[in-house]
Amino acid sequence: MPHRSLPTIRGIGSKAIDNVLRLGYAARFIGLTLAHSGTAFVRPRLIIRELYYTGVLSMVIILVSGMFVGMVLGLQGYQTLTTYGSESALGVLVALSLVRELGPVVSALLFASRAGSAMTAEIGLMKATEQLSAMEMMAVDPIARVVAPRFWAGVISMPLLAAMFSAMGVFGGYVVGVVLIGVDEGSFWSQMQSAVDVREDIINGVIKSVVFGIAITWIALFEGYDAPPTAEGVSGATTRTVVTSSLAVLALDFILTSFMFSAA
Amino acid sequence: MLDLWVGLFVVAGIAALVILAFKVGNMSSLGGGETYQISANFDNIGGLKPRAPVKSAGVVVGRVTAITFNNERFTAKVTLAIEQNYKFPKDTTASILTSGLLGEQYVGLEGGGDDQMLKAGDNIRLTQSAVVLEKLISQFLFDKAAEGTPATK
Repeated sequence: MPHRSLPTIRGIGSKAIDNVLRLGYAARFIGLTLAHSGTAFVRPRLIIRELYYTGVLSMVIILVSGMFVGMVLGLQGYQTLTTYGSESALGVLVALSLVRELGPVVSALLFASRAGSAMTAEIGLMKATEQLSAMEMMAVDPIARVVAPRFWAGVISMPLLAAMFSAMGVFGGYVVGVVLIGVDEGSFWSQMQSAVDVREDIINGVIKSVVFGIAITWIALFEGYDAPPTAEGVSGATTRTVVTSSLAVLALDFILTSFMFSAA
Repeated sequence: MLDLWVGLFVVAGIAALVILAFKVGNMSSLGGGETYQISANFDNIGGLKPRAPVKSAGVVVGRVTAITFNNERFTAKVTLAIEQNYKFPKDTTASILTSGLLGEQYVGLEGGGDDQMLKAGDNIRLTQSAVVLEKLISQFLFDKAAEGTPATK
């Protein structure tokens, strides 16, 4: 007679196998996307159209939140630094935390919830209403026509959005620190410039945001493409996109940071 | 219309990157100029780190590229990358200084009077170690005690 706990163990096992299968499918999916990217680059209008929906429409939320994050950093940083009488280092604090971490990470989280969820819902619904099958009937490859342009648009727009976020955040920190509180403007900028290295800090931040862009669009497109063709399936896939890609961004950030900034 | 917005988006993104590189970062000063390497041995480097500035008369003339431990002389070997257009005499003194009370540490170079200039791979002979606070305090206490003894007699 089988033991009582057998169904539980069997459940765990089948879940694990399912997840590994899905991971394999996801890997095959990104491979297919990359292999079928040719069409997207031959017809750049496809990418431009998606850049509008993923990039341009995310710009407002990125700029506004970048501004506020920078302003909060300016306020909080000033409160702490003034205890040690080194409020002139405010520029360093604001710039380094934005360029290294907050810029890429927070804009990636916003991007995942603003653009990633929309991507999943759109592709999931296309699948549910059998538009993807219709394309295949007309000998149009849905991966080349629908998925690849969205992928490249996400990968292109993510670093641009992160750079805008950081630049806006530094401006916000400047507004609060220098204009409102009255930190010396010269030391704010000069200490910032001597502490922030273009290759070590800014380029590494850009690399991070490119990696996040790849991860988010991959997850979003795969979830949409793999969604069960029902209303519930699409809504579940959209939720999973936001949760999975946010976790992926934070985990990847830890890994990238430990590679980039450990041996300083 | 779509193209216009996407164009604006890309331009804004690249502009943000350029602003970060020039206004926030140090692209304008000390970019990728030609440098030559010299080294200096210090008894104690304190909290000096790689990438710390090398200054002469307060002007940044280079960067610290590497810090290693010399196991034969038990000293720290600091490698400095000096910009090609700055030349220093052979008897230059290198000392480890601190900017401000709690600021970062940097290497200060003070030129001597030698006719010969330092070349790539040369070693600076005259060095001055970082000030270690504990040693300073103990020295101060020792001096105080020494001058205090006759007065009590």
